[in-house]
Amino acid sequence: MLGSMLEEFQRMNKRQFFYQVLSFGMIVSSALMIWKGLMVVTGSESPIVVVLSGSMEPAFHRGDLLFLTNPTDEPIRVGEIVVFKIEGRDIPIVHRVLKVHEKENGTSKFLTKGDNNRVDDRGLYAPGQLWLTPRDVVGRAKGFLPYVGMVTIMMNEYPKLKYAVLACLGLYVLIHRE
Amino acid sequence: MHTFLTRGNALLTFTLSVLAGLTFFCFLSTALNAYSATATIDTVKVLVKNVPDYSAQKEKQDLGYLMFDLQANLDPLFNWNAKQLFVFLTAEYESLNNKLNQVVLWDKIIQRGENANLDMKNMNTNYYFWDDGNGLRGNSNVTLTLSWNVIPNAGMLSIVRGSGSHSFSFPNEYTNVRAQ
Repeated sequence: MLGSMLEEFQRMNKRQFFYQVLSFGMIVSSALMIWKGLMVVTGSESPIVVVLSGSMEPAFHRGDLLFLTNPTDEPIRVGEIVVFKIEGRDIPIVHRVLKVHEKENGTSKFLTKGDNNRVDDRGLYAPGQLWLTPRDVVGRAKGFLPYVGMVTIMMNEYPKLKYAVLACLGLYVLIHRE
Repeated sequence: MHTFLTRGNALLTFTLSVLAGLTFFCFLSTALNAYSATATIDTVKVLVKNVPDYSAQKEKQDLGYLMFDLQANLDPLFNWNAKQLFVFLTAEYESLNNKLNQVVLWDKIIQRGENANLDMKNMNTNYYFWDDGNGLRGNSNVTLTLSWNVIPNAGMLSIVRGSGSHSFSFPNEYTNVRAQ
């Protein structure tokens, strides 16, 4: 199989090679456009997240995919599943809102807790921080897809796998002729 | 189609396409469900204390205490796409400090196959009923509602508030910390 691929590669002339590179570029920019378009439509900086921990079991397991929206004009209410980031830390956390206190002028603060945790998240917040504000929220979980995110987790834990997959994909697109 | 690799490739692609299609139809089949039900809630014992909340600020805040009765039949809400119901009891009220306060007092996870016909009496709350300030004493309109979050096998996560709520008021005097 590799032999036939190499033969095809030798038969290609310069124009066809550039055409292949252009097709490759089109695929990459289409993917990027879809991702950025999703960011605009949902209002969230990260419209699709993978669940990383088991703190929301049995509802969400590690490797599940969540679709987020973040309508800033809809206030946060208890029971909603929010994805938030603590200041100074990169990892987003997916937990449920337990308490909401909202003032007349619209400012609100709330407390979260994972379904599978025994205590609320005050221990997870930054030192001195007792509440979350809408600014910390990346989005609210609106859609759910099981198991699909396992691919992302495996690629993050074994970076060699990620490079191998990308190399194979790149090679295939450059050599294969449509 | 005669090499092992082409056959394997075709099989894998077909499997993935069918799985994706089935998941999409699973989501579509229950996308328009209302998941509504009625709940009967009642409060049995209602007290309010004023003590420092050591897990938050050090000042004294109002701490409500209550026991409740709850009946709700959530069995008809389960279907092939409803994997779990996260049921929670919310107390909603207005205070001087905040226009809207919502506190979850009790929650329960019911998975498909478990008994979802709730009939409970004299239940204690799971969580402390702390107010942000001193807005519970003499508060004449605290409303208890039951809501549930439907977790599907694949699809939209919806939160439905049950019809049927119960309003009560807190007493005008604080109860001494040692009294029960």
